[in-house]
Amino acid sequence: MPDLLLELLSEEIPARMQAEAAAHLKKAVTDALVARGCLYEGARVIVTPRRIALSVHGLPVASPDVREERKGPRVGAPEAAIQGFLKSAGLTSIDEATIQSDPKKGDSYIAIIAKPGRPVPEVIADIVPEIIRAFPWPKSMRWGAASVSSSSLRWVRPLQSILCTFGPETEDPEVIRFAIDGITAGDVTRGHRFMAPGDIRVRRMDDYLTSLEKAFVVADPEERKRRILADARNLCFAQGLELVEDEGLLNEVAGLVEWPVVLMGAFEESFLAIPDEVIRATIRANQKCFVVRDPRTGRLANRFVLTANLEASDGGKAIVAGNERVIRARLSDALYFWQTDRKPLPDFEDKGKPLDQRMAKLRALNVVFHEKLGTQGERVDRIKALARHIAPLVGADPDLAERAAELAKADLMTEVVGEFPEVQGLMGRKYALLQGEPESVAAAIEDHYKPQGPSDRVPTDKVAVAVALADKLDTLVGFWAIDEKPTGSKDPFALRRAALGVIRLISENNASLKIRRVVQEAALTLVTQIFTNRLGGKPLRDVQASGIASPEHVIQAIVAEGHSIELTLEAGAADEFGTTAAVERSKVLKIGPTELADLLSFFHDRLKVLLRDQGQRHDLVDAVLASGEGNDDLLLVVRRVEALAALLGTEDGKNLLAGTKRAMNILRIEEKKDGRAYDGAPDAALVHAKGEPEERALFALLQSASTHARDHVALEDYEGAMKALAELRPAVDAFFDKVTVNAADPALRENRLRILAELRAATATVADFSKIEG
Amino acid sequence: MSSSHLPPHMRPERSFQGLILALQTFWAEKGCVILQPYDMEVGAGTSHPGTMLRSLGPRPWNAAYVQPSRRPKDGRYGENPNRLQHYYQFQVILKPNPANLQELYLGSLEAIGLDPKLHDIRFVEDDWENPTLGAWGLGWECWCDGMEVSQFTYFQQVAGIECAPVSGELTYGLERLACYLQNVESIMELNFNGREGAEKVTYREVFLQAEQEYSRYNFEHADTAALFRRFAEAETECRVLLGKGESGERHLMVQPAYDQCLKAGHAFNLLDARGVISVTERQSYILRVRELAKACGAAWLKTEAGGAAA
Repeated sequence: MPDLLLELLSEEIPARMQAEAAAHLKKAVTDALVARGCLYEGARVIVTPRRIALSVHGLPVASPDVREERKGPRVGAPEAAIQGFLKSAGLTSIDEATIQSDPKKGDSYIAIIAKPGRPVPEVIADIVPEIIRAFPWPKSMRWGAASVSSSSLRWVRPLQSILCTFGPETEDPEVIRFAIDGITAGDVTRGHRFMAPGDIRVRRMDDYLTSLEKAFVVADPEERKRRILADARNLCFAQGLELVEDEGLLNEVAGLVEWPVVLMGAFEESFLAIPDEVIRATIRANQKCFVVRDPRTGRLANRFVLTANLEASDGGKAIVAGNERVIRARLSDALYFWQTDRKPLPDFEDKGKPLDQRMAKLRALNVVFHEKLGTQGERVDRIKALARHIAPLVGADPDLAERAAELAKADLMTEVVGEFPEVQGLMGRKYALLQGEPESVAAAIEDHYKPQGPSDRVPTDKVAVAVALADKLDTLVGFWAIDEKPTGSKDPFALRRAALGVIRLISENNASLKIRRVVQEAALTLVTQIFTNRLGGKPLRDVQASGIASPEHVIQAIVAEGHSIELTLEAGAADEFGTTAAVERSKVLKIGPTELADLLSFFHDRLKVLLRDQGQRHDLVDAVLASGEGNDDLLLVVRRVEALAALLGTEDGKNLLAGTKRAMNILRIEEKKDGRAYDGAPDAALVHAKGEPEERALFALLQSASTHARDHVALEDYEGAMKALAELRPAVDAFFDKVTVNAADPALRENRLRILAELRAATATVADFSKIEG
Repeated sequence: MSSSHLPPHMRPERSFQGLILALQTFWAEKGCVILQPYDMEVGAGTSHPGTMLRSLGPRPWNAAYVQPSRRPKDGRYGENPNRLQHYYQFQVILKPNPANLQELYLGSLEAIGLDPKLHDIRFVEDDWENPTLGAWGLGWECWCDGMEVSQFTYFQQVAGIECAPVSGELTYGLERLACYLQNVESIMELNFNGREGAEKVTYREVFLQAEQEYSRYNFEHADTAALFRRFAEAETECRVLLGKGESGERHLMVQPAYDQCLKAGHAFNLLDARGVISVTERQSYILRVRELAKACGAAWLKTEAGGAAA
């Protein structure tokens, strides 16, 4: 069984694109082979900065013969139709066609086309050029003399050569010499750019890999990673140090070298005055080097690990010296930034402490957060107001929450964060502590961005929780108001993450706050700000007529009267409203019951996803949300789902569910038939006078059980509520066993239906049982 | 080829001007026209008409030159060891790019004393874009022992026009490269003329005073009202010249128009350094310059050097 070896050698492929390109080549070639009937036993792909190589193992020598039938026109059809058929079927005369009889449609021609199998090399010569031409690089380019034509080959960087061989394991393979844009495939590759630049003749994957290894190319990216990691660990270990491992960096570095040579360099100890995170960010981002930890102190050591692509003639001395030089210059910059950030800021010296001065600069620069949602300064003002409002709801000191919110974004103006955005928040915390802010304010500055995803840490400090909630709620309400909601896979402002963050902040901190209320508060904050800042206190034009003249009226209008608040600025309207915005704008934002309800259901959707990921049944979440009661208290929703799941885990619960669903079914049918609802209390006298014993028992128990359930719900004790309901089970079972609901006596029938409606109402205090499956 | 045949004061590892001369000699031997700097303020060697305009159209073009680059915002009053508001770029443009451009480039590094058997030379992804010129390309930052020493770009678009054929552009940051070769920590410490003792002239002696003076000008004293005016005037004149140069299928006055585009660009850079352009306005100024550059590029294609039929 022959093997295919294909190598595409190019100028340096960006590290981040290598893995996907390799996977694509493998899939595209094997799919195309299979589509032509060429099944294979296995395939392997490797990638380096300069090459992608694929071997497909165990292919047939030729593709299988194919018999194809093509239907033609009926016998006696016009000549033109016959000619067209002959042409499309590749026949020279109609005598070559077979006649097929059909009792309904009569006789018609049919061509039997036998396509003999083709040698697989021919198939490969067809498919590979197509795959190369259509290769889905994230960015591709043209090059060289051929690029006068716009149809010239595109590749990620200039493609230099193609190697393509095909043959059985034991023989010299055939070279498949297809050509594409002047590059003819052959059986030659090259080794390391500097250490083995000469041609290497190759037969198939196994000798390809050994030849490359001899030519200083480790073709397999996993093997490069393994070597880099092992060598880096050893170098550190020999110095009594530990490598700070970094999977992302390792992947990148392995994509930058063909022959990894790991070396250790050092920098002056005085640079260790810079925070570890900044040292690491500097060395990682700019130099793609690893940092090293001293296990005795837990802090970074003044060493770094670099991965060269060369066994240098001096053992790497010049390479280490060069890298040390660059890292020294980078760390000098970082040290300068770290020191500068703690000093007074020119032109803002009178604006308080260093971070306050940076915040003053952020405001002064009018850095835009979003064109329709104002500047970063305006956003901070909103977060402050909202954090202050939320603080008591989560048990935080409102003053501290407001202070933390004031400084939360100030580090965006620091030199360190300007250089390394990934340490935002963290630097704010450090600078806050240095200027004497309370610990919880400093912690909140770092943590207000959290949680950033499903696995990120959730802050627990109450001040941090308040600011983190305010930050995310302002974002969500703002983007909902300007109708920039996530759609499908597009979520450019990470709103799903923000909503999930709100939910996790609430549920993991056992914070019982009404999401509807805080969302309204965020909306009020936004609208108030527009009133005061952008409209100079003037009422919004659109709502002026309805007599809504103040922010309080606005929120009242939204909440109580169901109005929408819509702000529109048109070209020329700028002066009237005293704003500096000169661009033509149509609708700026709209907040109303629709937007708020929509946002609330977005929270519910995220909650469903979260609970599902935690293993809860989605139908239970639906059932709890559908009961309507208190479903804007996300913590309570979580607790109710948990209690409901526990209830349904018991025999009593399962039977109660069955009984309740039966009751609901009967009610649904009878209510539909009679065109009325059977709500309202059953007639107690009738139950006692004419009812069956089981009916009396259930009636009595329903009164106490639903009162108990309600009491427990009021105390947010869902377990207790579920227990109270579970006690109904024997009575429900007995009722359905012995009592005929549709009694001949209409009064009795109505009363029995009312008893069932009571059962429905009692269970609805915790969930809508009709949404529960099973 | 190495530099050992040169007298000590001419060697690129000892002399800033020796570095320039070595690169010029190398690229002259590879068939490049050696141009001189363009006599206007520009932010990068790419803005020189020898690259910006000549990279458009079908005619082959191989050139190399030094271009003083003005970046008003990067001024640090001569106090930062690595940042200047005026520095030199060495620029090479080869149209179409030869198939062995990477090898040629590596040869140029050897010619200035960087042996690829001793130093770790790497091509690290870096997509280049110049929004004011409407230009972009794919290529790399070239690293030597972890330091970026050049930018290597295959132009795909210039002035918003697809390059046909593609040019290869190499840009060497001369000061940084020289610091590495001479093993000094600060640009000001560079030996400019390669001499020692009383004959030695440093970069500091040549440029420190200028850095201080221009930093004062760029950040504190440039007349912003006049600069706004100059921007508008240059923009208008560029458009007027482009209009007047129209002559049927041909264009007769692209380069004077392009000079006005460069003037507008420099006025913008100064205004930006003076901090009088807000974030939102900034984008619109960049767009305005780009529109001029695009119009000049389109007109260039109607000239003889731009490949228009006679």
